[in-house]
Amino acid sequence: MKGVQGLYKRLGVIVAVLVLAVGHAGGSVSAQMLMNGAGATFPYPIYSKWFDEYTKVDPSVRFNYQSIGSGGGIRQIMERTVDFGASDGPMTDEQLKQAPAELIHIPTVLGADVATYNLPGNPKLRFTPDLLADIFLGKITKWNDPRIAEVNPGVALPNQPIIVVHRSDGSGTTYIWVDYLSKVSKEWEQKVGRGTSVNWPVGLGGKGNEGVSGQVKSTPGAIGYVELAYAIKNNLPAPMVRNQAGKFVQPSIQSTTAAAAGAAKNMPSDFRVSLTNPPGDDAYPIASFTWLLVYKNQSDQAKGQALVKFLRWAIHDGQKYTSDLLYAPLPSQVVSQIEAKLKQITYQGKPLLAAQ
Amino acid sequence: MVQEGGAAEGLSLPRFAPSTRKMGRWGDHLFRLLIRASALALLLIVSGMVVVMAMAAFPSIKAFGWRFLFTSTWDPVAQHFGALPLVYGTIVSSLLALLIAVPLGIGAAVFLSELAPPWIRPPISFLIELLAAIPSVVYGLWGIFVLAPWLRTQVQPALGSALGFLPLFQGPPYGVGMLAAGLILAIMVVPFIIAVSREVLLAVPDTQREAALALGATRWETTRLAVLRYARSGLIGAVLLGLGRALGETMAVTMVIGNRAEISASLFAPGYTMASLIANEFTEATSNLYLSALVEVGLLLFGVTVIVNALARLLVWSVGGAVKEVRE
Repeated sequence: MKGVQGLYKRLGVIVAVLVLAVGHAGGSVSAQMLMNGAGATFPYPIYSKWFDEYTKVDPSVRFNYQSIGSGGGIRQIMERTVDFGASDGPMTDEQLKQAPAELIHIPTVLGADVATYNLPGNPKLRFTPDLLADIFLGKITKWNDPRIAEVNPGVALPNQPIIVVHRSDGSGTTYIWVDYLSKVSKEWEQKVGRGTSVNWPVGLGGKGNEGVSGQVKSTPGAIGYVELAYAIKNNLPAPMVRNQAGKFVQPSIQSTTAAAAGAAKNMPSDFRVSLTNPPGDDAYPIASFTWLLVYKNQSDQAKGQALVKFLRWAIHDGQKYTSDLLYAPLPSQVVSQIEAKLKQITYQGKPLLAAQ
Repeated sequence: MVQEGGAAEGLSLPRFAPSTRKMGRWGDHLFRLLIRASALALLLIVSGMVVVMAMAAFPSIKAFGWRFLFTSTWDPVAQHFGALPLVYGTIVSSLLALLIAVPLGIGAAVFLSELAPPWIRPPISFLIELLAAIPSVVYGLWGIFVLAPWLRTQVQPALGSALGFLPLFQGPPYGVGMLAAGLILAIMVVPFIIAVSREVLLAVPDTQREAALALGATRWETTRLAVLRYARSGLIGAVLLGLGRALGETMAVTMVIGNRAEISASLFAPGYTMASLIANEFTEATSNLYLSALVEVGLLLFGVTVIVNALARLLVWSVGGAVKEVRE
């Protein structure tokens, strides 16, 4: 019986310690503001860099960001379980209507998709929009097809079947790719359409960038698409693509930023814009913004103010961290457009950015 | 279950709790409550899961009805969802895995329990436990970079030229596909089957073996008649454990199966499984119907698992009955 009593005593001590620990944790949170966010995985590296750097600017704010995917980010901000959401694709009109209050999109950085392939000797290739569409529609099935040869004069193309590889997991990367194909091919738009996952006419699915590139690397004759940053880091062959202006453009950080600059003139006020196939001589055509989603009317003054300040920091000072992490920075025209938008974020009708 | 519990209480109370002091009774009572609660919690969790999934899947059930089970288009853009290729892919890849893993696993277990010299058992057991502890993503990466290229360059061309007249081995060799998924699953399932079967075989009383040997049986006859037959239901349990793992495995399979929601007779062709599809598409699914269709796939996976397990239980019962008749 002594043993049993001892056990209860020990249990009591454990409970007391737990209570103290929880109480203590609660106390420390109130001293620091905790900003919760959730969403896209693609910008996660740059966001976590920002959250880390920003604590040096404003030590009173701490961020907790869960990279659960764009779909989850949109759901959580709509249910108000987070202070901001993040998405690689803009919300649809229907989703915005379902949201409990007005949500705004804040572009943060840019990403791009590049095609990658596996051919003997990996020659430098060039693609036109209709070539890419017809390859992914399964209409061009051999590498030595005359239409491929026509835009790649002097390249020895093998008589090999083309094996298409796409992402199997739902992703913003896929959204950018099929959004581009939908813009350049009527047939793609009608047969397949846009989405983070689609019903692919042909091909094999690989999980993640590493799944697609692994599949491409180990399959001669394969073609797939990956994020620009992933292609640069892994030295994958990245073909030039012909843009709307008729120029063949090499995918790069500069040409991705140029895509946003090309679209800046006709930027819609809510920034829900697809940057694929933009005008501009230097613009790489398969690029996109990634967005943070915030409520226009903030319900907590202190938090709202901290959030807006962070957003302004991110589109200005935060942009200098993009190049190390291989994201494309926002062009300056767009930064001033976003700055104007941030001034519209309010608490009880009063703008939060002007208030400070 | 309840009856067994009752019998055990009746026996154990007077024997293990002779003390009539209040504290002791109270302790027994508390313990009984605790173990009952944990058994009940299991039931609650399972039924709660079914209810919640059915509720979340309701929009999709209403929109597609039985078509969900019998059509094979999975188009998130047009919001047409049919899960037949997923059910097919799940069952075929798991059966293929068992076809390879069961003879291998039980063979290894028989060797370890009946034939192996004692000094070799610990290192082999250690290796088996090591295999079981490897994370599935590592198996998947190995599948992409080693297994799939090997299948594409060596195995599939050889199979295609030797057995190409069968629809099973036709089509272009991609490397990834149903065959790769079955092989990866087999490798992942084998350690479980070996580990459990070995324990089952070691639990066969030596009197069984001695009796058979005394009757003049050879070593093979002893193993077959006295050991394997005696351990049959336990061995089926080991296989079921492996099957359960194969049905639910997600990461390794999605990395090598090709992820294409199509039904094809060829093992070289890409396929898709229910668990992989959910893992792939859930994070980025935004529309309500899409999400609800994914939950319905989860419900379906649950259903398939229950049916497969029930069939296997029936098999165990029928086999158990047959053995008894023989003995009598």
